[in-house]
Amino acid sequence: MGVRSGSVETQRAIRPGYDPAGIDDTVNAPVLVGVGRTAAWWWIGFGISLALLGLYLASVVVLVTQGVGIFGNNQPVAWAMPIINFVWWIGIGHAGTLISAALLLFRQPWRTSINRFAEAMTIFAVVCAGLYPILHLGRPWVFYWLLPYPNTYGLFPNFRSPLDWDLFAIGTYASVSVLFWFIGLIPDLATLRDQSRTRAQRILYGILCLGWTGSAKAWQRYQRAYLLLAALSFPLVLSVHSTIAMDFAVSVVPGWNNTVMPPYFVAGAVFAGFAMVLMLAIPLRKAFHLEGMITMRHLDNAAKLMLATGMIVVYGYFVELFDAYYSGLEFERFMALNRVFGADHWWAFWLLIACNLVAIQPLWLRSVRQNPWALFGISVIVSIGMWLERFVIVAITLTKDFLPSAWGGYVPTFWDWSLYAGSFGLFGTLFFLFIRLLPSIATSEMKELAHHDAHHGSDPFEEIRQDVHAKEARS
Amino acid sequence: MSASATAHAGAAGAEPDLYGLVAEFDSVEALETAADAAREAGYRSMDAYTPYPVEGLDEKLGMEPTRLGWVVLAAGIAGALLGFGMQWYANVVFYPLNIGGQPLNSWPQFIIITFEMTVLLSAFTAGLYMLGRNGLPRYHHPIFSTPNFAAASRDRFFLCIEARDARFDPTAVRTFLEKHGPVRVSEVAS
Amino acid sequence: MSDDANPTPTLQSIRERLDGTKGRTFWKGLDEVADTDAFRSFMAEEFPRQAAPLESSLHRRDFLKLLGASLALAGLSACARPEAPHDKIVPYVETPEQMVPGRPLFFATAISDGGYAEGLLAESHQGRPTKVEGNPDHPASQGATSAVSQATVLTLYDPERSQAISEGGAARGWDQLAAALSDLGDGERVAVLTETVTSPTLARQIAELKDAYPGLRWHQYDPTHADGAVLGAREAFGRDLTVVPHFDRADVVLSLDADFVQTGPGRLAHAKAFAARRRVRSADDAMNRLWMAESAPANTGTLADHRLALDPAGVAGLAAAVAERLGVAAPSAPRPAALEDAWLDALIDDLQEHRGSSLVVAGHDQPAAVHALTHAINDALGNLGETVTLHEPVEARPESHLDSLRDLVAAMNGGEIGTLVITGGNPVYTAPADLDFAAAMDRVDTTVHLGLYRDETGMRADWHVPETHHLESWSDVRAFDGTATIAQPLIRPFYGGRSPHELLALLAGDPDASAHDLVRATWRERIDGDFEAFWRRAVHRGAVPDSAAPSVDGLSVSDVSGLNLPQGGNDLVLLLRPDPSLGDGRWANNGWLQELPKPFSKLTWDNAALLSARTAERLNVRNEDRLELTASGRTLTAPVWIQPGMADGVVLLHLGFGRDAAGRVGAGVGVNAYRLRASDAPIVAPLAAAKASGRTRLASTQLHQALAGTGERRHIVRHGTVADLQAEPDHPTFVHPVAHHDYDLYENFAYDGSAWGMVVDMTVCTGCNACVTACQSENNVPIVGKDQVLVGREMHWIRVDAYYGGSVDDPDFYQMPMACQHCEKAPCEPVCPVGATLHDHEGLNVMVYNRCVGTRYCSNNCPYKVRTFNYLQYAELSSNATEQSLAANPDVTVRSRGVMEKCTYCTQRISRARIQAGNEDRKIRDGEVVTACQAACPTDAIVFGDLNDEESRVAQDKRSVLNYAVLEELNTVPRTTYLAHVRNPHPALAERGTGAA
Repeated sequence: MGVRSGSVETQRAIRPGYDPAGIDDTVNAPVLVGVGRTAAWWWIGFGISLALLGLYLASVVVLVTQGVGIFGNNQPVAWAMPIINFVWWIGIGHAGTLISAALLLFRQPWRTSINRFAEAMTIFAVVCAGLYPILHLGRPWVFYWLLPYPNTYGLFPNFRSPLDWDLFAIGTYASVSVLFWFIGLIPDLATLRDQSRTRAQRILYGILCLGWTGSAKAWQRYQRAYLLLAALSFPLVLSVHSTIAMDFAVSVVPGWNNTVMPPYFVAGAVFAGFAMVLMLAIPLRKAFHLEGMITMRHLDNAAKLMLATGMIVVYGYFVELFDAYYSGLEFERFMALNRVFGADHWWAFWLLIACNLVAIQPLWLRSVRQNPWALFGISVIVSIGMWLERFVIVAITLTKDFLPSAWGGYVPTFWDWSLYAGSFGLFGTLFFLFIRLLPSIATSEMKELAHHDAHHGSDPFEEIRQDVHAKEARS
Repeated sequence: MSASATAHAGAAGAEPDLYGLVAEFDSVEALETAADAAREAGYRSMDAYTPYPVEGLDEKLGMEPTRLGWVVLAAGIAGALLGFGMQWYANVVFYPLNIGGQPLNSWPQFIIITFEMTVLLSAFTAGLYMLGRNGLPRYHHPIFSTPNFAAASRDRFFLCIEARDARFDPTAVRTFLEKHGPVRVSEVAS
Repeated sequence: MSDDANPTPTLQSIRERLDGTKGRTFWKGLDEVADTDAFRSFMAEEFPRQAAPLESSLHRRDFLKLLGASLALAGLSACARPEAPHDKIVPYVETPEQMVPGRPLFFATAISDGGYAEGLLAESHQGRPTKVEGNPDHPASQGATSAVSQATVLTLYDPERSQAISEGGAARGWDQLAAALSDLGDGERVAVLTETVTSPTLARQIAELKDAYPGLRWHQYDPTHADGAVLGAREAFGRDLTVVPHFDRADVVLSLDADFVQTGPGRLAHAKAFAARRRVRSADDAMNRLWMAESAPANTGTLADHRLALDPAGVAGLAAAVAERLGVAAPSAPRPAALEDAWLDALIDDLQEHRGSSLVVAGHDQPAAVHALTHAINDALGNLGETVTLHEPVEARPESHLDSLRDLVAAMNGGEIGTLVITGGNPVYTAPADLDFAAAMDRVDTTVHLGLYRDETGMRADWHVPETHHLESWSDVRAFDGTATIAQPLIRPFYGGRSPHELLALLAGDPDASAHDLVRATWRERIDGDFEAFWRRAVHRGAVPDSAAPSVDGLSVSDVSGLNLPQGGNDLVLLLRPDPSLGDGRWANNGWLQELPKPFSKLTWDNAALLSARTAERLNVRNEDRLELTASGRTLTAPVWIQPGMADGVVLLHLGFGRDAAGRVGAGVGVNAYRLRASDAPIVAPLAAAKASGRTRLASTQLHQALAGTGERRHIVRHGTVADLQAEPDHPTFVHPVAHHDYDLYENFAYDGSAWGMVVDMTVCTGCNACVTACQSENNVPIVGKDQVLVGREMHWIRVDAYYGGSVDDPDFYQMPMACQHCEKAPCEPVCPVGATLHDHEGLNVMVYNRCVGTRYCSNNCPYKVRTFNYLQYAELSSNATEQSLAANPDVTVRSRGVMEKCTYCTQRISRARIQAGNEDRKIRDGEVVTACQAACPTDAIVFGDLNDEESRVAQDKRSVLNYAVLEELNTVPRTTYLAHVRNPHPALAERGTGAA
């Protein structure tokens, strides 16, 4: 469907004329069709993902049998690609929670149509991320020693270690995200149960929706619980990436030991997260013909958030450089210079500046923000840029710290890359299963929204529309 | 006629078998007016079934606000105490160790885990309390045997006046419900 | 299988022979079977591993591993009655009767290095030698050890040592060899080739052989033998002498390319003596001065107060210039351009001011003329009898080994030799290329080779006999000053070797003589009085009292003006020297030594053409490029490594690499420099070099070494001069360049028992690597191989960081041993999520291997990067163990894949002392706990002890004004601190760069 950018319609969170039944049919049809009538593109995408997942599993087998030595890590670079990818994936997850939690709290109903798959993205990203810290252990099979229980000698894990903080932060984040997501799903699962076409579907969704009736009393408790979960998820998501930033901030390593890390990691996470949201939303709305529900307005807002957080991240870079100079410490100053001009890795820094600073500048223009293809391209560049940022922070920082005698270099190996590529397979497999088996848009919430629009006639976005009219008048 | 006959029969003999009378509406407005009227008519044991939350419907049906918020607050406090307590106990009492020359109770380093434990407990309390009080997961509910109840999750709105209501009388309730232009009124066995 | 008249029996035939017998006689019968050569050869071919114990010790119970391997052995071991060992060996501190399981015994013995003794105490765990320490009672070691002697423990268990006598590859027995050598006629056509002989017993045996076979020829060849020193002494004094320098008596030392702390006989003693005069703790301490002229950076150069990089001819030129200025009638040699008047003037002043207390030494491999001139200079300075003493020769027959070998080869090629017996060494590999020893061997009817390995020579020889390791056999050997050591075995020959003594005895027609009896016979002749008492005492102490070579007095140096010194004139010369780790190549199959980072370059697993930056520019090559080297008409391609401090125009290539038949570890590692070695230019040769195509990756463990720039601003190595120190005796700026306040939010933990700490004196550290190998041996540190070193995963717990100060063309050298600093506020500990690294009650930063999950966060957070991680399964586990794992120290865990490890301050030694002290209900005495690195250190640069004991050496050193903590601004409060590096330049010369770096 062609979209006239800038028109009043595209400013709406949902196009008029959608009655509840219409919403159901649009969203649930692709979920309920028989296996035989699954779209070809789905099979292709799912197949590619499975292939990559196979690569992932193969890499894990080699890793466990051979040892972490198959990676490029060394002394002094004891942390490298597994940790880089871990931070990268966990960052991506953040946008989902922010959209579903923060925007709900700030009463931004436009979030409704994208929060479902954004949350799914969060959970799958956290799965991909969470496996890395375990896999990069020297002895992955004893990762559970980090759990808070006394071993046979009565020894607890060391609660002072940021790595144990990570365990709690990520564990909480993952479980709460799943809970939040599932509770949001219950009414829609009930809808699927009631509209299921086969016995299998009826049993599957019947079990999943836990016997939801949609009674007024249930809705009352449901909405309160949902709101509280959102209220809890918001600080949680901020704490998670702050905690991960502490892995670096609390160390003594020059280039890591810096208080700017937590806020700047969080901003970076949202930045990368919205890039991923766009990379998923743009094809999804095309494939499922959801342009009416994931409208230009969503893309436009996501783009604005990307631009804002992106600029915060860039600010972070310059704070780092300034701190290094201002600290007066030779180690910090050398590290800063080494990142920017170091003979081995200078290209990484400048490439990430190109990706994270230069490439997002076009987003100031509405025409760019409302061009799906441009947005998709910029999102890809930003994702690469954020990976490079972690590469610079984690690997390059470690190559040259205090004693010149201990300086080294770092070169990733085949297995470093295969495990990274494989993690996309893990993510993709989960995501394709999700869009095939579950409604990728929260139908009950959409119905509420549509009911708002239609019956009360009032439009939650009146003021925005006014503003747009004004703009158009001027132009 | 036959419908009312069976209703009488039910009222006379199979009274306990009756869960309630359910009216199906095709618009929220109709449901809301019916709900208002029902409360004025003095009915108390009733519930409405809608595809999406309808603002204010719970007051219209005379429902108490939920206590969920307070329960979650309590859980949060418990989580904080548990989180910090665990770390303090492990490091100061249970197995004191000299780690990096730091004091045993290096509380600044215990803050994050304390916070995460707070969130974890309160979040799960919120979710599980909601499910529990709503009787979920549930294998079956009489309301499911309502004709066309599947539409309750799509685009229809149901009002049920339950048999356990003190002032429940099948005939009266039916006539009362019929007044508000339902698509249909049906008896639901328990 | 062999195809001679005496076919090796099959298992079948043996079974048949056994089937007849029954009951007890069965075992007797099997013994008989087992004792025949036939059975032994059969075992050797079918079960090579089992042949060894069968050969050497049917009844030894020490190695369960080796028992039960075959039906025959299992039977024997099960039914053999335990027998006392044939000959009694004498423990150093306790007698075997007192052996307590778990507590090691120490036995005095010695390793012969280039024929000269280094006295050792070998640590034995239930009959299994695992470690060597220096013998404090031995003049050549005085408690210290070299990196090489530490590593020889690994060679003892090397599964690739030759394990059976063989003739052309087919297994044979000792009797068969005896038969083959039974008819020597009058010895006219018999030649014996030995290495340097100082052993009284060997000397006696050879003498007796010559009596028995008047025509028998005896030749010596050791590629690293100091021919120049022998001939130089002859030139100067007109007779053979052993010249002993006394560094402890010298205030001023001029070294003419003499790396006296690292090469040549008595190096450990010299290092100790020299360092004793250099130990500075306060402004009051006096310090000797070292003037160093060297062609390539050597460990001794590290200590130099004034260093001059001169090519070999330049060194001779300097000697001539000095001689001339001191009024010695000296031969002429062009004066080196690099030698400035100011430098020479200051040097001459210094020497003349210290007549009798100065000392001039010439390098181990300097030509005779330079040695002779050196004697003349010392004579002129009145140093003879003072800082230099002359003694009766220590070697049984001092001579030029090169000439000796040349004569032998001539005789071989002339067909004059029918039987050649090589009692050690590997001449096919080590002989100068132009002599083509291999070809000459083919002209000899019967060649017999005795060696630890079936090496290049063993392959070429008709007969090969496995040689005993120095911890396996009785022998005697003399030190640089002539003091004899009776070396006792720690263990029966592990792979059934024979000692040179036994081989010579066989030659003399007595194949059954044991080395033990032969050595005793030698000394019985020399000792009158209670021989047993003497024997016990001598063996026990590890040094025969008063056996030093008698001194020769009243000699003066004859006119040396007639000598011809090297005139130079080549703009590019090749310098061939033994590798600091592998020596002449005999240790090529020793992984510890292969992976031992060479001084300065820190190269492992390779040799390279070392040259200065200027020379590299001239040849237009970078590191890891390849150079085609042409010398003495032969060509070799070697990788390039730019080594600051090399004299311009000199290319140094280390011998000992490029072995063909070294074993799995050493074969094909590096390039064989012997190919460029000609008998007329064995050490220095004119060179033509051209860049070759391709590159070779070299595994250096330290990439960045320049102190300039950021290195200087990090204040890691802090160095100054005696003058600086005297200017500010209380708070020298060069020790504390920036004010440091140790504020802290937390109050510190109290350590009321012992508080262990260490001080490293950088002024006397020579970077000899002994500490590295000692630590490796003590703590079961695995090797990782070249590929892993290239990735940067070497495992050494202690490393010797090398830094260059000054300019690239004229650098100063600094050596900084770096191991876990045991910080009281260790950054590594709080970040470990499982508490696998934490502090114990005595302030040790301990690593709990079995709790470690391998997050490697501790390593990231360690500012000193002294933690190493088992990225792969480096150590041998029981599942994949070879005999090599028998070298492991049973007191130290062998780490598995995926765990972090690091220096523990030898916590096992601390525990041993703690238990001992506990049993005796007393405090641990100062010096009772000695870490492995400290024990090995020849210059006592490492001091360890209890900081809570005010009187302990370490506590006293920590009070020195020179004491500082590396990276103190991080407030990690390290338990290991350093004494700033101090030099003593001549006041007349512009002082070297001071200040901290």
